[in-house]
Amino acid sequence: MSEHSTYTPGTGIEKWLDERLPIIRFSKEHLMDFPTPKNLNYWWTFGAILVMCLAVQIVTGIILAMHYTPNVALAFDSVEHIRRNVNGGRIIQATHAVGASMFFAAVYIHIFRGMYFGSYKAPREILWILGVLIFLLMMATAFMGYVLPWGQMSGWAAQVITNIFSFIPIIGTPLLELLRGGFTVDNPTLNRFFSLHYLLPFVIAAVVALHIWALHVPGNNNPTGVDVKDSRDTLPFHPYYTMKDAFGMVLFMIPFAWFIFFAPDILGHPDNYVQYNSQVTPAHIVPEWYFLPFYAILRAIDFNLLFINSGLLGVIFFGGSILILFLLPWLDTSKVRSGNFRPMFKWFYWLFVINFIGLTYLGAQPAEGIYVILSKICTAYYFLHFIVILPVLGRIETPKPLPTSISESVLGKAHA
Amino acid sequence: MADNHKDPKNRRDFLFVATGAVAAVGAAATVWPLINQLNPDASTLALASIEFGLDGIEEGQSVTIMWRGLPVFVRYRTADEIAEAKAVPLSELKDPATDESRTKEGHEQWLVMLANCTHLGCIPIGEAGEFDGWSCPCHGSQFDTAGRIRKGPAPTNLIIPPYEFVSDTLIKIG
Repeated sequence: MSEHSTYTPGTGIEKWLDERLPIIRFSKEHLMDFPTPKNLNYWWTFGAILVMCLAVQIVTGIILAMHYTPNVALAFDSVEHIRRNVNGGRIIQATHAVGASMFFAAVYIHIFRGMYFGSYKAPREILWILGVLIFLLMMATAFMGYVLPWGQMSGWAAQVITNIFSFIPIIGTPLLELLRGGFTVDNPTLNRFFSLHYLLPFVIAAVVALHIWALHVPGNNNPTGVDVKDSRDTLPFHPYYTMKDAFGMVLFMIPFAWFIFFAPDILGHPDNYVQYNSQVTPAHIVPEWYFLPFYAILRAIDFNLLFINSGLLGVIFFGGSILILFLLPWLDTSKVRSGNFRPMFKWFYWLFVINFIGLTYLGAQPAEGIYVILSKICTAYYFLHFIVILPVLGRIETPKPLPTSISESVLGKAHA
Repeated sequence: MADNHKDPKNRRDFLFVATGAVAAVGAAATVWPLINQLNPDASTLALASIEFGLDGIEEGQSVTIMWRGLPVFVRYRTADEIAEAKAVPLSELKDPATDESRTKEGHEQWLVMLANCTHLGCIPIGEAGEFDGWSCPCHGSQFDTAGRIRKGPAPTNLIIPPYEFVSDTLIKIG
């Protein structure tokens, strides 16, 4: 969107640089002058917060890797060494561990914001798809990072999640042995998880760059879902949104800091402070809170369907629950972007949110009695929302009248 | 068209495709070692078979031993448990298997199984659950006294590893 550039190189050095690597022009276009709808609310701040989270994880992660040892005999102790002996290690390790939770909290808000305001709709489908890809990469990275301390929950998380691949017909078992580097989760597994856990954040950073690129071509969506018509609808990104985002980040850092300083382990599971034992499974295996909804879906499938056994079927639903997000731009048939103008969608949106929170709760409960039945109902509803409700809603719903412009929605008709 | 084979462009196309094909095969051959290094290494594969003495295990007792890094349950079943397993009609089973097929003839009191749940690999807890066999704490799979899946997400019975009786009190696994 170079047409927004008002940059004219001032000094001789800037002129020289601009003809060779126009990085100052690029920064000015995309970080400062970039025209941004003037009605963005605080839900939009989570994009910036997520960039901050990724930076925090990369910086603390690089430091932790300087002290950590990826060997089954030493990994558990090296994490304790970081927490007890390394200067400031307790805070850095806590920041990294709590940071993962904060990262996921922010990404869920970011995704649900996109789902409410229709940020995935044309012309932003690729932006959305890249976002789902980032979410998948985050899940892989968080999972492998969780395995590294080699505690009871870590090791068993690795067992359970890698075992998912064993249900793939024919190639399942050889593939599983390839992924683990053995017949079970052991030292080769830990080594490669460490290597990949270090690599993937940089891949995420690269996809984030594409995500922002795909954002800057059509420009931001906004709470009305109405396209930007002219310059009266927008403000330059700097200082208006840089300062607003900075304020949002400070607010976000308050609970973040509270966890780090007062309850660094509260989001973890006590069993992870017992070293991994391949012969005894903890009495109750639970993943980190941010995986619970998907874990509940995986567990809910305990029946065979046609020729597909429950194991493979569970994997299909588990994978499908995330992969279906890729199709969201085409499943939602409504022409109206923002949920603010969709009276029926609003109800179903909040039902979906409640259902998702319900799945989170169920994922943390033991797989018995009423919880199994409720998990099945919530799983069914999760898929119904995408496959039935969204496509049908778009056809039968009468949306409220849209404002003619962003300016009008902000200032009211009389002033427009 | 008939003279096309004399057209130097055609010859060039052939060379172009042939070069590309050779390059693709070469690239695949180069990538394969990079993937193959992920497979179990020689030190992992070396732990192929073990022998295990059964004397000293009491009736009704289970022990867990390690084979290829995998835990294996060895259970000396009680007469009640065997009778209970034999009494189950095959039609009630999700993965039908007779009790006889799960043990060795003449040694039906011994049940030798890979301990990992066939769902996602957790270690079930013994003498637990509704079927007096094993109950997996992770996802609620329940197995009977012959290690057969009776309830929950596990698709198949607990796996019997290849093993044989060397003598009445010695088994060889693997």
